[in-house]
Amino acid sequence: MTSETLRPPNVSVGPIAWLRANLFSGPINSLVTILIGAALGWILLQIGTWALTEARWSVVSNNLRLFLVGQYPGDQVWRIWLSMAILSVLAGVSAGVYGQAARTMAATLSAIQLMIGVLILVSPIGIVGVLAYIANAAAVWVVFALAVRITVPRRVLLYAWMASLPITFLLLSGFEGTPLPSVSTNVWGGLLLTVLLAVVGIILAFPLGVVLALGRRSELPVVRILSTGYIELIRGVPLVTILFMADIILPLFLPGEWRLDRVARAMGGITLFSAAYVAENVRGGLQAIPTGQIEAANALGLGGVQTNLFIVLPQALRAVIPANVGLFISLLKDTTLVTIIGLLDLLGIGRAVLAQSDSFGANLEIYAFIAGVFFVLSYAMSQASYRLERALGVGTR
Amino acid sequence: MTPVPSTKKAGAVPLWRDVRALRIFGQIAVVVVVGLIVAWLVNNLTSALSQRGLGFGFGFLGRTAGFEISETPIPYTATDTYGHAFIVGLLNTLFVSFIGIILSTILGVVVGIARLSNNWLLKQVASGYVEIIRNTPLLVQLFILYFAVFLQLPAIIDSLAIGDSVFLNQRGVFLPGPQLTSTFGILLGFLVAGVVLVIVAGRVASRLEDAGKPSHRLRTLGVIGLVLLGVVGWFVAGGQAVTFDLPVIDRFNFAGGLALSPEFSSLLVGLVLYTAAFIGEVVRGGIQAIRRGQLEAARALGLSEGQTLQLVIFPQALRIIVPPLTSQYLNLAKNSSLAIAIGYPDLFKVGQTMANQTGQPVPVIILIMSTYLAISLVTSLFMNIYNRRVQVLER
Repeated sequence: MTSETLRPPNVSVGPIAWLRANLFSGPINSLVTILIGAALGWILLQIGTWALTEARWSVVSNNLRLFLVGQYPGDQVWRIWLSMAILSVLAGVSAGVYGQAARTMAATLSAIQLMIGVLILVSPIGIVGVLAYIANAAAVWVVFALAVRITVPRRVLLYAWMASLPITFLLLSGFEGTPLPSVSTNVWGGLLLTVLLAVVGIILAFPLGVVLALGRRSELPVVRILSTGYIELIRGVPLVTILFMADIILPLFLPGEWRLDRVARAMGGITLFSAAYVAENVRGGLQAIPTGQIEAANALGLGGVQTNLFIVLPQALRAVIPANVGLFISLLKDTTLVTIIGLLDLLGIGRAVLAQSDSFGANLEIYAFIAGVFFVLSYAMSQASYRLERALGVGTR
Repeated sequence: MTPVPSTKKAGAVPLWRDVRALRIFGQIAVVVVVGLIVAWLVNNLTSALSQRGLGFGFGFLGRTAGFEISETPIPYTATDTYGHAFIVGLLNTLFVSFIGIILSTILGVVVGIARLSNNWLLKQVASGYVEIIRNTPLLVQLFILYFAVFLQLPAIIDSLAIGDSVFLNQRGVFLPGPQLTSTFGILLGFLVAGVVLVIVAGRVASRLEDAGKPSHRLRTLGVIGLVLLGVVGWFVAGGQAVTFDLPVIDRFNFAGGLALSPEFSSLLVGLVLYTAAFIGEVVRGGIQAIRRGQLEAARALGLSEGQTLQLVIFPQALRIIVPPLTSQYLNLAKNSSLAIAIGYPDLFKVGQTMANQTGQPVPVIILIMSTYLAISLVTSLFMNIYNRRVQVLER
């Protein structure tokens, strides 16, 4: 039985064509593919073998509490969960009110809390911690579902956000003699301290940065020179020198009776540092405002302050949100430098754990874990920032 | 802020509504407020210093330092002055920054091009590298390199060897060290002549092209001339102008060659890997910003891939690349201050030791900060000059 079978047409789609086009399009390309593939396979095999058989991950899981909150007293940890709950609720409401842009940020927050919950599962911290974080992660979406149905006035939400930082701070630090016993910032540590340093650093730096940016564009020479001088001075020196100054020299410049603890001094240093970078971001936003806007404001009879407050800044600040998220990410990574002045942030805790006798020599495990935490946080945030940029329509209008 | 055109006669506007007067008053007010704050700070400082019985001044720079520095590019001993120690630290910073800038530029360009490669695997590897490096802190990377890589290398006896000239062990990296011999001057003379030849050929070629005449590949001929002169010079100098001093294993350590300490190696490798990821993104952004039409036009003219890259894409991309590249160089120089975390005696580490020993942190930090500022300013000055050269190409 013979049947005329047609030869199939040349494969132009499908995996083989894809391989040919993307990996083996010529002799050189094929060689590159094979060499890189072999090297990559070897490296991944080495890392995989080490991570699965040799690495002592118990060093990390046994000390997970230290990595997360430092020496924050164990019976007070619920205060951290409550702060996270405040944040989760606000993020959920914002996702309902502001739409797409806020939703990506809320989703990121939820995902990160979920991951922390899963991490706690393999540590001796206990099931309560796991439940706390999973409940927080879920709270974001529950509140979001509610917020879509009831209308929350935007102004109320804004005030709530503004109040959240001082409230969280008070909740975490507490007062002596109240149901919230005082927890000195000196015992705050780990991821908690890392995140707080970055959050405080960027939020306190924001007003200062806006003032500096306006000052740099001012028509008054004295104001302009002072602002420019500050910005360029700070941007020209490394963060380490500023932290060193905040740690050792700032106390000399303040009256003797002002006793700032180390964490507060580091926060001060980071704020002064990031203000200069916020200022440059805001300046970029200010420059993007068409002159027509300012001329129109003048034509309407608005004064200089009114023009800035009601016309220029609202537009400029909106445009610089993504840039400031980027700044926040790099600030989060830069806060590791407080390890050098002896603070116990995530990296500092890692060094402290390495000094314990039973984790001797576990350098790679601990540093790889810390790098992994930073990678997850900043990768998630940079993806969120990228979506935020598109949702805000920066550069497209 | 904007001047209000005054239609009334001068003097008709009361002083408190006159924009010009308000401006002057405003500036005076700012100066007074800033001045008061500074005066308050300085007042606090002087009282704090007198309480602790500390003086203020740079006199300590002339006193004996009394501490050792592990790596000294210029001769230094503990009996030298603080000023001398500071210079050693500065040279160490400049040394690691300079080498770091060169190496990270090379690696960065490779990474940037690899991210645009049409080889899928290469592209993925390059972007994986960039994402991992950019999303983790440099300090953690340095700790990994120092504590988990360079300090975990085998002992001297079991050194990892690449051929018989490069050795890696706990004490650092040992490379063949170039040694200039007495006949090096001859080779140098030939090389200078070659460079002059290239410059002259380039000038003449440009002038011919400007006059609309063919340049007869004068530039290529100039480069060939340079290579020939170099080869001739090498043999005239007896083939011994530069010798390589190989590291040789001694009883306890390596002798000879170029020895790089684990601290220096970790810092350099860390800075290069970190900065190259950022430079790679800058390069990729610059190349992608070139409009597609340029590429298509180059193809339509029959230029090869290499020619397209060299003659069409790079000259245009360079204009976009140079300004952000400058800030990456500045970042590298500033990031070199993280040396303190792994114990490389750079400017900041030496400065901190000085501050601790002299009990004079304020003058020392002023010295450190102004030195970093000066490094930043000089680097941006050079990059701005280069930037202007690149931008002039625009027609």
